[in-house]
Amino acid sequence: MTRRLVVISAGLADPSSSRLLADQITDAVRSQVGARGEEVAVDVIEVRALAHDLATMMTSGGIPTPALTRARDLVSAADGLVAVTPVFTASYSGLFKMLVDALDPDSLNGMPVVVAATAGTPRHSLVLEHAMRPLFSYLRAVVVPTGVFAATEDFGHAGLTDRITRAASELAALMVSTPNAVGGFAPDLAARPRRSGSDVPTEVTPFEDLLRDHSG
Amino acid sequence: MQFGIFTVGDVTPDPITGRSPSEGERIAAMTAVALKAEQEGLDVFATGEHHNPPFVPSSPTTHLGYIAAKTERLILSTSTTLITTNDPVKIAEDYAFLQHLSGGRVDLMMGRGNTGPVYPWFGKDIRDGIPLAVENYHLLRKLWREPVVNWQGKFRTPLQGFTATPAPLDGTPPFVWHGSIRSTEIAEQAAYYGDGFFHNHIFWNKEHTEQMIALYRRRFEHYGHGAADQAIVGLGGQAFMAETEAEAKRFFRPYFDNAPVYGHGPSLEDFSDMTPLTVGTPEQVIERTLGFADYAGDYQRQLFLIDHAGLPTDVVLEQIEILGREVVPVLRREFERRRPAHVPSDPPTHASLVAAGPDSPHHLVAPAQVSETVGSAS
Repeated sequence: MTRRLVVISAGLADPSSSRLLADQITDAVRSQVGARGEEVAVDVIEVRALAHDLATMMTSGGIPTPALTRARDLVSAADGLVAVTPVFTASYSGLFKMLVDALDPDSLNGMPVVVAATAGTPRHSLVLEHAMRPLFSYLRAVVVPTGVFAATEDFGHAGLTDRITRAASELAALMVSTPNAVGGFAPDLAARPRRSGSDVPTEVTPFEDLLRDHSG
Repeated sequence: MQFGIFTVGDVTPDPITGRSPSEGERIAAMTAVALKAEQEGLDVFATGEHHNPPFVPSSPTTHLGYIAAKTERLILSTSTTLITTNDPVKIAEDYAFLQHLSGGRVDLMMGRGNTGPVYPWFGKDIRDGIPLAVENYHLLRKLWREPVVNWQGKFRTPLQGFTATPAPLDGTPPFVWHGSIRSTEIAEQAAYYGDGFFHNHIFWNKEHTEQMIALYRRRFEHYGHGAADQAIVGLGGQAFMAETEAEAKRFFRPYFDNAPVYGHGPSLEDFSDMTPLTVGTPEQVIERTLGFADYAGDYQRQLFLIDHAGLPTDVVLEQIEILGREVVPVLRREFERRRPAHVPSDPPTHASLVAAGPDSPHHLVAPAQVSETVGSAS
């Protein structure tokens, strides 16, 4: 079964070092999933291309544009996510956060994620731990232990490739894993369904259940 | 089919002159809008309810009572009545009183309100929004339908041997709509009671509106009130008209660009693509509005937002004139042309509810016919 990988790259330049890093991680994930006997289909979301759509959504009371709706549907349907942001002023970039803010709060439930960031200096490396990881933890994603931080100088060191391989391996293991617990023996809180927010849910709570304890 | 105006009641500076109307001027302008609506042959005037500036309509029944005295035909409604933070006992009494004053020209639309701080100001919590809407509305139905009410709920002090006064006109409670943009629970609530469902429509994309209404229609049928296409649907709309599209856009653009909610955001053109906003000729508004039924189904009430964003009152009144003379007569004819015979043209009115008699389902607190086993929502 082909696994779907979505890559969010929030670099602003073209070519951008965030995209360069994203592509290296993507290739590594492809190899690692392949090594486990499965194929990967990749969709890349360049956040820069959604900048106007995000501004529209934020200033219109939340109306998603068609391009944003496509992006949100892609993200929620993925089996794994790679999120790469440039470090701006000691954190993820504002544009990157706008995309995350545009996602449904239930869009990443249980989603395996590699967090990654680029910066001009290695002194920003803890951005992965104090900004990216808590952001995705809040959204109930499963962030793999290895984050990938690339300062400009790291693009000349083999250590970066090693970290990419390790993160990709951790992500691939989660992307190809199948739930092995027997259903029904314990409540599975991690099974909270994912939703992109694009569609109105077709399942509704029957009104008698809503009215229970409220009918006087 | 009913056509009308719904107003938010915002006090917004006119971006051309920079001048804000006083609260008194804004209230007078809203009244003028209502009177003009009747004069131009429209059917409904609905006012918002707010308890925070820059909005003035905090006391809808006071306002609607005044308008009732000045009009003959106009149906007086709300958009919306805050079922979460108002005491359902006061809603029951205020709107029954308004029924008596207006000869039954009243219906109302329940809404939750999306301004967080309003809830604590009234001793409530916005996180209880849905349970408040569910409990308070069920109590409201009892107060209008049972002569003596004993009640103990979670949110309000209990009632023992309580009789709301006055009783509804002719013993017949007003028809109720439920308005919600995104909450499926509210569409479900409207369907359960066989009430109307109103989608604001103007702040969201049509694919979303279509799905919300489809859900309401499906559940209306499920609860035994009739076929899905017979459910009672209302929609919002937003238009600005002139003799040419170019002139309409030239005049309206500064008001759009500075409007509350979407000003300083998407362009007029983008917003017109994303939502039902139509800025152009009366013919364009007719064509766009008729298209609503293509995705919402044949429906019963169309309300337009006209008087907002600081538009001068004389311009607003002229817009209502164009609506009444050039747009609505064509819409009435064309909507009826496409409507199947078994789909009602109008929502229930006081006259039709009285005519249905005291044994009609409208007089039941819980008229739904529930045949499903619990938990298997279809």
